[in-house]
Amino acid sequence: MTSIVELKGIDKSYGGLKALRNVDFQIKGGEIHALLGENGAGKSTLMRVLGGETIPDAGTIVIGGRIVSFRDPRAARTEGIALIHQELALAPDLTVAENIFLGELPAIISWKKLNQKAGDLINRLGFDINPSVVTGSLAVAHQQIVEIAKALSKNTKIIVFDEPTSVLASKDAVRLHSIIRELRKNGVGIVYISHRLEEVFDIADQMTVMKDGSIVGTVTPQTASIDDVIKMMVGRPLSALFPPKANANSGTELLRVENLVVGRRVRGVSFHVNAGEIVGLGGLVGSGRTEVARAIFGADRFNSGKVSVRGKTLHIRSPRDAVKVGIGLVPEDRKTQGVALDKPIKVNATMAAMSTVVNAFGFLRLKQEKQIVTALGKTLRLKAASVEAPVSSLSGGNQQKVVLAKWFHADGDVIILDEPTRGVDVGAKVEIYGLVNDLAKKGKAVLVISSEHQELFGLCDRVLVMSEGQLKGELLPAQYTEEKLLTLAMAGSVRTT
Amino acid sequence: MTASVSGTESESKQRFDLGAAIQQYGTLGIFLILVVAAAIWSDSFLSSRNILNVLRQVASAAGIMSVGMLFVILTRGIDLSVGSIQALGSVLIAYFIATSGYSAPAAIVLVLLAGAMCGLTTGFFVAYVGLPPFVISLAMMAIARGFSLIISAGQPIPLTDAGSSIAAFGTGSLELGGLSLPWPVVLMFIVFAIAGVVLNYTRFGRVVKAIGSNEEAVRLSGIAVPRYLVVVYVISGMLAAVAGIIATSRTAVGSAQVGIGAELNVIAAVVIGGASLMGGRGGVINTFLGAMIMGIIGNIMNLAGVPGYQQQVYTGLIIIVAMLLQYGSKILRR
Repeated sequence: MTSIVELKGIDKSYGGLKALRNVDFQIKGGEIHALLGENGAGKSTLMRVLGGETIPDAGTIVIGGRIVSFRDPRAARTEGIALIHQELALAPDLTVAENIFLGELPAIISWKKLNQKAGDLINRLGFDINPSVVTGSLAVAHQQIVEIAKALSKNTKIIVFDEPTSVLASKDAVRLHSIIRELRKNGVGIVYISHRLEEVFDIADQMTVMKDGSIVGTVTPQTASIDDVIKMMVGRPLSALFPPKANANSGTELLRVENLVVGRRVRGVSFHVNAGEIVGLGGLVGSGRTEVARAIFGADRFNSGKVSVRGKTLHIRSPRDAVKVGIGLVPEDRKTQGVALDKPIKVNATMAAMSTVVNAFGFLRLKQEKQIVTALGKTLRLKAASVEAPVSSLSGGNQQKVVLAKWFHADGDVIILDEPTRGVDVGAKVEIYGLVNDLAKKGKAVLVISSEHQELFGLCDRVLVMSEGQLKGELLPAQYTEEKLLTLAMAGSVRTT
Repeated sequence: MTASVSGTESESKQRFDLGAAIQQYGTLGIFLILVVAAAIWSDSFLSSRNILNVLRQVASAAGIMSVGMLFVILTRGIDLSVGSIQALGSVLIAYFIATSGYSAPAAIVLVLLAGAMCGLTTGFFVAYVGLPPFVISLAMMAIARGFSLIISAGQPIPLTDAGSSIAAFGTGSLELGGLSLPWPVVLMFIVFAIAGVVLNYTRFGRVVKAIGSNEEAVRLSGIAVPRYLVVVYVISGMLAAVAGIIATSRTAVGSAQVGIGAELNVIAAVVIGGASLMGGRGGVINTFLGAMIMGIIGNIMNLAGVPGYQQQVYTGLIIIVAMLLQYGSKILRR
């Protein structure tokens, strides 16, 4: 089969740094080609070049024997190339149909026809979504379907999926995969970027690994193992991913939650976390895990229930109250909730305990702050030019470390981490696992929410599983299997697939 | 912290950035270009009398109010009510002194309180009710203007002799080794200096900038965001009232016609100063330069004898050019 698109000798530099060095990459029709590598390896830059979002310094793009150059994403779309980003690019206030046909809406709109056309596209994907509802009201998984429908609304030859499943629960990921396989059958070329290697091995025909802006090599799932690929990416085997368990001789009870109710999303959840213990909170996306975390932290109000720290019942009405009693939250979405991106590392790192860096009159003690944050950076092995560098200049993993630094600095007793390694490369994941373990060793009570089962099993002393707003059970290390976890996660849910 | 920026950092932007340099020094560049152009064009521009004239103009117009507006804009807000609060301040200071017979210090305190109350109201609705700053400050704009008209009955209120100390402030100068700086200009410099310290060296300033950058992240760090928002609007209201006092002190008349459309000049000064209406970005020195640029534009046109009606058109065009210089780098970068 011949290539639909060929990227040849692509170079791209930002200032003195080479993001891409002489990269060759081919995409064939009817093939799923995974693109792997740590964050910063150049995958996204390469795909932005393909999608016309970044103009390369050198190199050519060949489509069907023709050399083309994309000045903007529109030009790439015309050639049948569609990018589906991790952060979905839908207008939340427009309807599903409007989003799908955005950019090609006629001057006078026939809603009936538009909705019908949108409905057909969605049905082709095997879903049933009302095209006239507002897109923002849909679950993330369904929004993603809308993105795909949008990509299909044109004569699309190549679709790039950038981390499509990182926001999806396992079951939705499975459905997405069957859609992708269907697209492959129809001759569409697929580029698939993901950090979930099991998933990649399951779906990909070809796997190309990038490191430091260059291609390391291309392998197939039949000829290489996961360990081989990880070695290609970082030079380190999988077994070294998780830290040894900090022997679970947990101390006194630090956090207790009783009969927590948050609207209809959380319906009577009770559990406790001891000092020095890492407790996992598993379940599907939308099962109410995040809502539990946010309610404990005071980010959202809860209807009823009791939250106590060290045996004392608290009246937490705001994150401020929570921080005062020593609760910290690493929120699920780093960019919108975790950090002020354009602000220096030090500003973010001390934000949860500013009283340590101001004097009695509210003036900043800048010298002392610099020392504190520099020391924090060492502890967390933060890779940055200086503590004055804006967080936006860091890779995803190091940005997440800045959020962790904030709670290391605040030094509360209870730390809740919501998807702490989402969108983080393998190398940084290992380091973050080590840091979470350190928190437990220091006697903190740690609650980890994650959609990655291996992460929960590798990290936690026990795993609580939620489904539809309720706790369905608890797994101890001896019971750690994906089947057990999924059985609990799907318990009580009536779904038809 | 390790200085080793490893390979995985290769997509970071640690490099000399023309865009960032223009962002930081662009306002200064525009300011210098304007000064040079004006000096070449008119002999009298660089005379100390004219320079003081520009400064005095700026002090009683966009200058002091642009400091309050900067704080508001840093939080991603906007305050359209400053021109009206300036009018209220102008009317009230004359009213309290000439009509109610308060002493000047007492009157000043009351006027500042009135400005603070206006800001408190706007801030309350923005911070605790969650209404958009644009709309709620638009309402305050109408209300404050209305009150200034009611109190003055639409007529100018003379300061009378009881307010001679106020008038002395507006017309007098600080003699500093041969240099005589008008008091309003001195006050403006003090306000800018304090704002610079607050913004760069205090917890308050840092939190304000961080709120504009990512309000949710600040809230989830356990900081009481609404309190900061309220304070920011109170500052804006109080400084607008100060600008009103200055206006009255210069003319010895309190008038409800003061500051019509001033909010637009103030916003323009802050934005020409490189502040982002999306919040989080902006500085005191550049805001001062922005206010000066607005003042110089007006001054040049007066020197050139450009008729008033046409001045507005030119002002608008020059703002567009200034913004192109500010944002041109962003467009070039693609």
